[in-house]
Amino acid sequence: MSEFREKVRAWLAENVPGDEDLESAKRFQAALYDAGLSGITWPTEFGGQGLTAAEQQIFDSEVANYDLPTSVFRIGMGMCGPTIVDLGTPEQKARYLPPLLRGDEIWCQLFSEPGAGSDVASLQTRAVRDGDEWVINGQKVWTTVAHVADFGALLARTDADVPKHQGLTMFLIDMRDPAVTVRPLKDMTGRAPFNEVYFEDLRLPADAVLGRVGQGWLAAVTMLGHERVSIGGFVRKRNDPLAHANLAETARRFGRDVDPVVRAELAKLYAAERALVLFNTRLRQEAEAGTPPGARGSVAKLAGAQLMQQAVAVAGTIGGPRVTAWDPDDAAGDELALAINQAPSSSIAGGTDQIQRTIIGDRILGLPREPVLDRDVPFRELRVGTQRPA
Amino acid sequence: MQLVLDSEQQQLRSTVRKLLADHNHLRSVVDGDETYDRVLWKHLAGLGLTGLVVPEEHGGAGAGHVERCVVLEELGRALAPVPFFASAVLAADALMALGDTEVLPALASGEKIGALVVSQTWGPSAVTATERDGGWVLDGQASFVISGDVADVFVVYTSDGWFVAEEAQRKTLTTLDPTRGQAKLEFAAAPARRLDAADPAAVLEKVRDLASVALAAEQAGGIAKVLETTVEYAKVRVQFGRAIGSYQAVKHACADLYSTSERVESLLRHAAWVADNAPEELPLAAAAIQVFTAPACFEAARSGLQLHGGIGYTWEHDAHLYYKRAKSSELLFGGQDEQLARLAGCLAEGS
Repeated sequence: MSEFREKVRAWLAENVPGDEDLESAKRFQAALYDAGLSGITWPTEFGGQGLTAAEQQIFDSEVANYDLPTSVFRIGMGMCGPTIVDLGTPEQKARYLPPLLRGDEIWCQLFSEPGAGSDVASLQTRAVRDGDEWVINGQKVWTTVAHVADFGALLARTDADVPKHQGLTMFLIDMRDPAVTVRPLKDMTGRAPFNEVYFEDLRLPADAVLGRVGQGWLAAVTMLGHERVSIGGFVRKRNDPLAHANLAETARRFGRDVDPVVRAELAKLYAAERALVLFNTRLRQEAEAGTPPGARGSVAKLAGAQLMQQAVAVAGTIGGPRVTAWDPDDAAGDELALAINQAPSSSIAGGTDQIQRTIIGDRILGLPREPVLDRDVPFRELRVGTQRPA
Repeated sequence: MQLVLDSEQQQLRSTVRKLLADHNHLRSVVDGDETYDRVLWKHLAGLGLTGLVVPEEHGGAGAGHVERCVVLEELGRALAPVPFFASAVLAADALMALGDTEVLPALASGEKIGALVVSQTWGPSAVTATERDGGWVLDGQASFVISGDVADVFVVYTSDGWFVAEEAQRKTLTTLDPTRGQAKLEFAAAPARRLDAADPAAVLEKVRDLASVALAAEQAGGIAKVLETTVEYAKVRVQFGRAIGSYQAVKHACADLYSTSERVESLLRHAAWVADNAPEELPLAAAAIQVFTAPACFEAARSGLQLHGGIGYTWEHDAHLYYKRAKSSELLFGGQDEQLARLAGCLAEGS
């Protein structure tokens, strides 16, 4: 095991690039793949390494020392890929998984719509059968990395005459098709990491379906389960300005590390961060021992989001006015401001904190569900989101 | 690092849970005249649990802290009114660290009950030691001695080092937590035996770290039990035509209880593993666990009581006992101020 750690450490020291543009990210991912460090726990027949969670843990702890340019691959690696492993045909697995792991092809996830955020199943993008093909029309939103994606996993409505969860199908689509239009959408940080995506008569072959026609909700739930583990279990980068170690360093730089309130707040943040890291480690160890995390990924996601809010508060205690204004040349000031502005996304993206609590309550604790008004009503008769009554 | 219990440890948990289900006389202590549950104490001793981490040559079972934490979790779940924390943790840990062989076997067998006498902030107690006629005597007062009301043996830390004494005037204090006694002790020329240590303060630090982990184990058990009873109640209690657990306000509070319970358990498995396998990491793990766990445990108990509504506020319901235990445990040994200062100190050292 220490041999594996040595290998990872030496390889990273040699190969992590300084720049973060797309080309160097792709080169880096390809080199990672060639070095046998991509898809560490994935089956070897799909291009993975077939190793255990222990190796993954070693890899995670080592890469935490670096700021890798691999975030553009996270949706493919963490969500689309694992779902294709679960539900794909042999042809789909062979076609998509190796280039995904190698970083040759970037993936995005096309679920959310302007009228279907937390209530994903009320989406209105339609897929209509035309001979051997499907024809897609509609709009998606908040689609991370769509502007650079080669492929996407799209959830669309294939039957409006059945209740909303039953009429969905998942498709694997080519984002470079001219019938797909991607428009950047600026978020509250002022950057545009995500997009609006429009489909105008996008034509798909029959084998673009992932899973079964009408079983899109099952595919979506499968992918969302991977997403929560992927988001919540994400090891915080050493250069995340809101990680405890970096806030402690900021406190020292500002001469605030002697303030008893700052010391106490930092101590609480450390304890909460450790609790989450150890919870994620425990989930991985349980998974290895045969108990999959299931809905407990929602705990990781919820606790991770709460930790971010706590860290924002600590940053304010440490920085005071220095969090409100800084010298234009001060990159550290910019980074902290960006982190503070990004923090709310952790409580919204991938299912809000409220959705995670409902998942924990329903699926883990077995509490009775809230009365559902639309479960048995054909989608066509619903008034949902932005849909106008017919 | 092993954060998942193995099958033997799970078996131990089932055994202790079963024992407590059959023999925990919580109300006979809370409502009655009993100061602790003597019958349960005998059963715990009979199973060798009172000497779980004591080496076999001193009459113990020679198990590890992971195992002792499993037992403490169950005792915390059941709010078992026995002097386990004082005797099998605080006093036994001190005697083991000091290499005592005289009293330790009697504590390990459960025949005698021990208590630890230190200051409220883990310093020397105000008791003074004087050498007289080739022996030592203790004088002075010590308060807030956990289970001091029922202890047979006092392990006393003074500015002159460590002593063991058996004679003290004791005054039982009225306690916030009716399941765990405290006493004020008065030593008046009490004969004592000195326990030499190369570094008496280092012994205290070790006892303190292990106490933080042990207390967290009790707290983890308390949170788990509060979660369980609250979720059960939310499933059956109907208001406005549906089970209250179907309302988001209640469901989300239950989800937060679960999230707390899972993270506390994770910190606990780690700290217990560290105590057995990586002692150099223990000070940091022990300081961190109380900072997170003690307030979380009180908040869980408060929330659980709230979610039970009016019934939760009644004497008949156990919710108040978890609330009182949680607040009391949070305030032991200097409370959160002390824990935060200690963790901040560990972090500053490590940087």
